[in-house]
Amino acid sequence: MLRFLVRRLIVALLVAATVVTLAFMLTRLSGDLAISIAGANATQQDVEQVRRAYGLDRPLVVQFFDWVGRAALGDFGQSYFFKQRVSELIAERMPVTVTLGLVGLAIALVVSLPLGIIAAVRENTAVDRLVQLVALIGQAMPSFWLGLILMVTLGLRLGWLPISGTGSWEHYVMPGIVLAFSAIPALTRLTRSGMIQALASDYIRTARAKGLSRASILLKHALRNAAIPVVAIAAVQLGFMLGGSIVIESVFALHGVGFLAWESIGKNDFPVVQAVVLVLAVIYIGLTMLADLMNAVLDPRLRSA
Amino acid sequence: MSAAGVGPAPRRGWRSAATWVGAAIVGAVLFCAVFAPLLVPHDPFAQDLNNRLATPFWMDEGHDPAHLLGTDGLGRDYLSRLIYGARISMMIGVLTVVTSGLIGITLGVLGGFAGGRVDDAVLFAITCRLSIPVVLVALAVVGLLGSSLILVVLTLGLLLWDRFAVVARSTTMQVRNLDFVAAAWCAGCSRFHILLREVLPNIASHLVVVATLEMALAILLEAALSFLGLGVPPPLPSWGLMIAEAKEYMFFSPWVIVIPGVALFVLVLGINLLGDGLRDLFGTETET
Repeated sequence: MLRFLVRRLIVALLVAATVVTLAFMLTRLSGDLAISIAGANATQQDVEQVRRAYGLDRPLVVQFFDWVGRAALGDFGQSYFFKQRVSELIAERMPVTVTLGLVGLAIALVVSLPLGIIAAVRENTAVDRLVQLVALIGQAMPSFWLGLILMVTLGLRLGWLPISGTGSWEHYVMPGIVLAFSAIPALTRLTRSGMIQALASDYIRTARAKGLSRASILLKHALRNAAIPVVAIAAVQLGFMLGGSIVIESVFALHGVGFLAWESIGKNDFPVVQAVVLVLAVIYIGLTMLADLMNAVLDPRLRSA
Repeated sequence: MSAAGVGPAPRRGWRSAATWVGAAIVGAVLFCAVFAPLLVPHDPFAQDLNNRLATPFWMDEGHDPAHLLGTDGLGRDYLSRLIYGARISMMIGVLTVVTSGLIGITLGVLGGFAGGRVDDAVLFAITCRLSIPVVLVALAVVGLLGSSLILVVLTLGLLLWDRFAVVARSTTMQVRNLDFVAAAWCAGCSRFHILLREVLPNIASHLVVVATLEMALAILLEAALSFLGLGVPPPLPSWGLMIAEAKEYMFFSPWVIVIPGVALFVLVLGINLLGDGLRDLFGTETET
C-alpha cells in the first residue's frame, strides 16, 4: 500500500510540473507580452516601460523559475487589470465555483444512481431503453444553450428561479442543473453496467437463496459493489465540472473562477489566466489521486497495480 | 458488460433503427454542408435592416413568407445562415478528428506496441493532457492569438487526442500478441509494416467509434467557444455564434435561440446514435 501511495504521488508531482510549464508557455504564445499589455495605441517607449515594469526584459528561463518559485508559495503576482493580488482574486471567487461544482455533482448523482439501478434491474426492457435515451440526450445537449432555455422558461415564463447572480441558494439551482447534465450520461452508464455485472454474480445468487428481500439485495449487496467505480468517477467528474464551469458561469453571470478567467482572457490579464489554469489543473490532479486512493481502499485487488 | 451484447431480437431492432436515424441525420447535415451554396434561398450575409427578426413559419404574427425560419437581429435569412452553419460544424468536426486522431493514434499505437519506457511516456502524456482544463485553455489560446476557424481546429485537435490514445493503446496491446502478428515477424516484415498493415487495420473499428465521439465533442466545444466570443469570428454563421448573437432577443423572441440550438442538439445526437450503432455492429466494448 505504501509503495502504491509513493508511486502515485511521484507521478502526480511530475504531472503537476509539466502542467506548470505548459501554463507558463501558454501565455507566451502570443509572442511579445509587453506589446499586448501596452495596447494597440502604445508607442515604442510605452512598450519598453511596460517590459521593464513587469520584468519581461529578463531571459525567459529566469522569468519561468521566478514565476514557479512564487507560485509554489501561493503567490501568483499582481493582476494587470484588477490591481489586486491574483491569489486574493482566486480565493474570493473560488467558493462560488466550488459550490456550483458540488451542487452540480449532487444533482447528477441524485438523477443518475436511480436511473442506472432501474435500467440494470429492467435490463433490455423499454425502461432500460428509455434510460439510455436520457443518457444520449444529456450527451448531446449544448450546456450553454440549455442554460439559456432554462432562463427563458423557468426564469422568465414561470418565474420560479432567479435568472442570474449569486444572491441566494436559489441562484445555484439552474446552473447546477445545467452542469449536472454533463456528468449524468457517464454516471448513469457506469451505474447501469456495474449493477448488471454485480447482479449476475454468485454472491447475489447466495443472497437470493438466503431469502433476503429484494431491496436489501439491490441496495446492500449489489449497489455497494457497483458504487466503487461510480464514486471514483464522481471525483474525476467534479474536476471536469470545475474546469467546464467557465461556460456556465459566463451564461449565468456567476462570479466564480471561471467567470474571472473569461474576463481576464478578454482583457489580456495573463497572470490571472495562468493562475486559474494552474489551480484548476492542480485540483483535478488532486481529485484523480483521491479517486485512485478510494479505489485502492475499497477494492484491495487494485493495490498491487 | 459481458452479457450486454447478446440482447433479444427487439433490442437489436430498436438499436438498428436508432443507428439509421443517426446516419440519416449526419447524412442530411453533411449534404447541407457540401451543397450549401445551391440550397440557400438567400445570401446568408446579406443584411436587411427593414426586415429584422421576422418570425418563422409556425408563428402567424410577423412572418414573412420569403424567410421560412425568419430573420435575425440584422435581417439576415435564418435558414440560409443555418445551412451555412452546418458547413462550419462539419468542418470543425472532421478536421479536429483528423488532427487529434493523428496525434492520439500515433501515441497510443507506439505505446501499446513498444511497451516499457515508451509506454510509460505515453501514459504520462495522457495523464498530463487529462489534467489540463480543455475549455479554459482553448479559450485562452484563441483569446491570445485571435479567433479564426483554423486556429479553433488546431487548438481542439491538440487537446482532444486523449481518448484516441487510450483506446489505440489498449487495443494495440491486445492485438500485438496475436498469432498473425507473430507470423508477420517470422516472415521478416519490418516493424513499420507490421504496425501499418497488421495492427492498424485490426484496431480500426474501435478507432472509428472514438472518432464519432470526438467529432460530437469537437462540434459542441466549437459552439461553446463561439458562443463565448472566442471561437469562429463573425459574420461567419457558426451555430454557437448565432445563439450568442440572438441572446439579447431571447426573452421576447425565444425562437431565435431555439432554432440554432435544436440544430446543434440534433446533429450531435445523430453522431452519437451513429457511433453507438457502429459500436454494436463491430461488437467493440470500448467503454468511455
